[in-house]
Amino acid sequence: MITALLTVIILAALAGVATVATRGAPREIALVDRIDALLPQTQCRRCTFEGCRPYAEAIAQGAADINQCPPGGERTAQALASLMGVAPKPVGKEYGVVPDYPAVAFIKEESCIGCTKCIQACPVDAIVGASRYMHTVIAADCTGCELCIPPCPVDCIVMQPAPAR
Amino acid sequence: MTTTELLTGGLRIEAHKRRSTKASVRAARLIERYVIPLDQHSGLPALPLVKPADRVRMFQPIAQPAPGISAWLHSPVSGEVLAIEPRPAPHRLGAPTMSIVIANDGRDERFDNAAAVVSFEQISPAEACEHIARGGIVGLGGAAFPTANKLESSLCENGPQLLLNGAECEPYISCDEMLMRERADDIVFGARALLHALCAPNCTIAIEDDVPEAQTALRLAIEKAADARIRIKVVPAIYPAGGERQLIATVFGVEVPHDGFPADIGVVCQNVGTAAAIARWIRDGQPLVSRIVTVTGDGVSEAGNWETRIGTPFSSLIADSGGYTERMSRLIMGGSMMGTSLPHDDLPVVKATNCIIAASALDLQPRGPEMPCIRCGNCSQACPAFLLPQQLHWYLQPFDSEQLSRHGLLDCIECGCCDYVCPSQIPLAERFREAKPLLARELDAHLTADAARARFHSRNERLARLEAEHRAKLAEKRRPKGEPSST
Amino acid sequence: MTFPTAPAPHVVAHDSVGRVMRIVLYALVPTVALHVVFFGVGLLVQIALGAATALLTEALALRLRQKPIEPFLKDGSAIVTAVLLALCLPPLAPWWLVVSGTAFAILLAKHLYGGLGRNPFNPAMVGYAVLLVSFPVQLLQWLPPSGMDIEQTRLSIGETLQTILTGSLPSRLTWDAVTSPTPLDALRTHLKMGMTMAEAQAAPVFGALGGRGWEWINLATLAGGIVLYALHIIRWHIPVAMLSAIVVCASLMYMVDPGAYAGPIFHLTSGASLLGAFFIATDPTSAATSDRGRLIYGAGIGVLTYVIRTWGGYPDGVAFAVLLMNLSVPLIDRYTIPRVYGHAR
Repeated sequence: MITALLTVIILAALAGVATVATRGAPREIALVDRIDALLPQTQCRRCTFEGCRPYAEAIAQGAADINQCPPGGERTAQALASLMGVAPKPVGKEYGVVPDYPAVAFIKEESCIGCTKCIQACPVDAIVGASRYMHTVIAADCTGCELCIPPCPVDCIVMQPAPAR
Repeated sequence: MTTTELLTGGLRIEAHKRRSTKASVRAARLIERYVIPLDQHSGLPALPLVKPADRVRMFQPIAQPAPGISAWLHSPVSGEVLAIEPRPAPHRLGAPTMSIVIANDGRDERFDNAAAVVSFEQISPAEACEHIARGGIVGLGGAAFPTANKLESSLCENGPQLLLNGAECEPYISCDEMLMRERADDIVFGARALLHALCAPNCTIAIEDDVPEAQTALRLAIEKAADARIRIKVVPAIYPAGGERQLIATVFGVEVPHDGFPADIGVVCQNVGTAAAIARWIRDGQPLVSRIVTVTGDGVSEAGNWETRIGTPFSSLIADSGGYTERMSRLIMGGSMMGTSLPHDDLPVVKATNCIIAASALDLQPRGPEMPCIRCGNCSQACPAFLLPQQLHWYLQPFDSEQLSRHGLLDCIECGCCDYVCPSQIPLAERFREAKPLLARELDAHLTADAARARFHSRNERLARLEAEHRAKLAEKRRPKGEPSST
Repeated sequence: MTFPTAPAPHVVAHDSVGRVMRIVLYALVPTVALHVVFFGVGLLVQIALGAATALLTEALALRLRQKPIEPFLKDGSAIVTAVLLALCLPPLAPWWLVVSGTAFAILLAKHLYGGLGRNPFNPAMVGYAVLLVSFPVQLLQWLPPSGMDIEQTRLSIGETLQTILTGSLPSRLTWDAVTSPTPLDALRTHLKMGMTMAEAQAAPVFGALGGRGWEWINLATLAGGIVLYALHIIRWHIPVAMLSAIVVCASLMYMVDPGAYAGPIFHLTSGASLLGAFFIATDPTSAATSDRGRLIYGAGIGVLTYVIRTWGGYPDGVAFAVLLMNLSVPLIDRYTIPRVYGHAR
């Protein structure tokens, strides 16, 4: 009798301690946000979606696989797999090659004609410039998505290894 | 005076200073060629002011600081510039770095530095700071951070406290002890100049409890200068008591914020050697072209301290010390706990070279085979940053960046205390040294990703807003022509 | 001249896991010696059997795991496990008890989790718990300590060996005549029978402080523990927290009803309180790792030990208390990360 009572009391006390200890712990974060947090935020659209957030939404709804992010590489694919509870798999070849090193865009200034097409293409506002003035890439803000390369009419944008920080 | 012992952790390590403090400081032999690396200080490499075949005099500026954090360089001898080319350097672990090579003509013709000699009381603190920069003065404790850059960060705003670091906790190094014993006047003079440059109300000279001769010499010098602002604080000889953050906690009882600098809590810390170098520059017009270097260890015949011109090869200092013994096995620049081991001795002494240890097996005691961590916790008792190295080690395999950052890996000062006491002989310091940049990069990648996400989001919002405005305008234009729109 | 390079620090203190384990073994010598004085040479046989089993199974496990055998056999951790387990077993327990318990401890509790430094549970206590659950009868066959007037049942060395190896006593003796409950066990039985504390403690198995004989063995253990502390093998947090918790619990209940609950001195000097506090709970691998964490961990073991002893179904609670707290170590470690230099309090 007393044993049973004590057990109940102790368990209740432990539960109380646990509640107090975990109070203030972060609340449940929405799945989409947790997926989004794992993505590299390159916004490169290689996953076939309009950016990292849309891809995250697609994964959350089960409309996309976890291996569609070449910039994230194996690590992102693995992290996504463990978050979603599915088997990890390598990044799909059809989505592009996993880069060996982080890269940023660079505008060859002597060739730039100031057309602003790359500025409009940049998903993260990392290119500055004005119409008919030379443009330049803010290397620290460039995610290396390469979306600025196709629109350039004079092909003056090249990818370079990201500067050491 | 009482000693606040806020410093917990750390180790009492058997000191090996005695063998290098028997003789007084001697002048190292002069040699034919001096190699002055351009990047021997923290920050950016200096920009050469001379070119090959130029004649230079002793004390003549040969390189000026690059914009930002950088320092002046001066010629240690008179002679001719032979080349400006990559030469192996000790602070690059023997890898080549751009250096000015000067042939010594042996005449020691002095460059006219008369303008350098100033009475510091008569110039403004900002001018004093600028003047210290022109002397090529950098921190002589080992990091070689340009002193003027450090002073500028807290100039006069609220009269920071000046702390002169004479706590030489590395067990083999004795160059600061010898400096305090033999040139205490220089230190006090430099302290007064620094007090002026910083508008500091007082100066504390921290000195360890196991160097009584140095304490006596300093006390005498302070009495002689009759400057009540300067006082001595004796701290326990615990490694790493002389680490800047540890010393500040010991002396003032406050900690430097993990993401800040001593200036943030109103303290400027300088090495005693730096103060003495400032004295020589301001008082005698002699820029920082030489320093005291401890040569010690069981691998040289005769340990001692040498007044050494910057650019002197290690091999020449070793020859001064009677050459290697048969037991010589490892060459170390710096202390036995944090120094770097070097592949050969054809490397020039730089401003940061406080000590050269020619270590034998007797000094080194071979490490046993590495065993698994048994979580004994000796390392966390010894850690002066209050970390749990046993947990950090656990979270390194595999690399768990979240836990590593929660456990403060980036606050590791790499002092090696954990390594020293580990019964399992795990090279913890080395592991942490390798892991810190990886973690920093990963945390940085997170920050960059967050920023990119935010910009992507705000751009999408902006585009949506522009699109809406555009539509509204179109609708506006159409309305006067036809019937009112349904919207 | 060229020299080989190596990472800093270039000097290290001379310490090794082997040295740590050796000192633990030396510190157990007084305990073992007094144990032999009071209960005969049975313990030495148990230790020999246990140590041999431990080394053999350790070597086997290392071989199967394709690890180097020599450095891990030399580190002495397997022998420490064997000695601690042997100290918990009745001196005349049959050979297969200590052998199977030790083998289980080394193979399952230690190597299946990754070997030295990776076991979440104290191997010796896992071994003991398995034996206690599987063979409760054999584990309760304790001997009466010498000094009680049953000297005729004292076994010679040969008889001891014979009993342990064959599992049956010499024909002149019966188990009933030879065995006696441990003090904790006797107390529990007597109290259950409705005796008061004073009546219960009048039994010959009780001594001045705790159990007869046991009180001296425990004092020897305390001495060994102090040696461990003085040599910096253990730190004070776990023993002090665990013993304080036992004292606090025992004092509280003693104040409530001195007739029904034993006092704090009895609890300290009986059973495995001191052995647990200094030698078992302090196993660093399975313990919490920060100072604050170790205080919580030790206190938890103390409270659970008292609870299990007083209201539980087993005579002593140290083993289960240690295992339960081993279970909570990851949680404790998570919430007791110390403040790092330069971070806000």
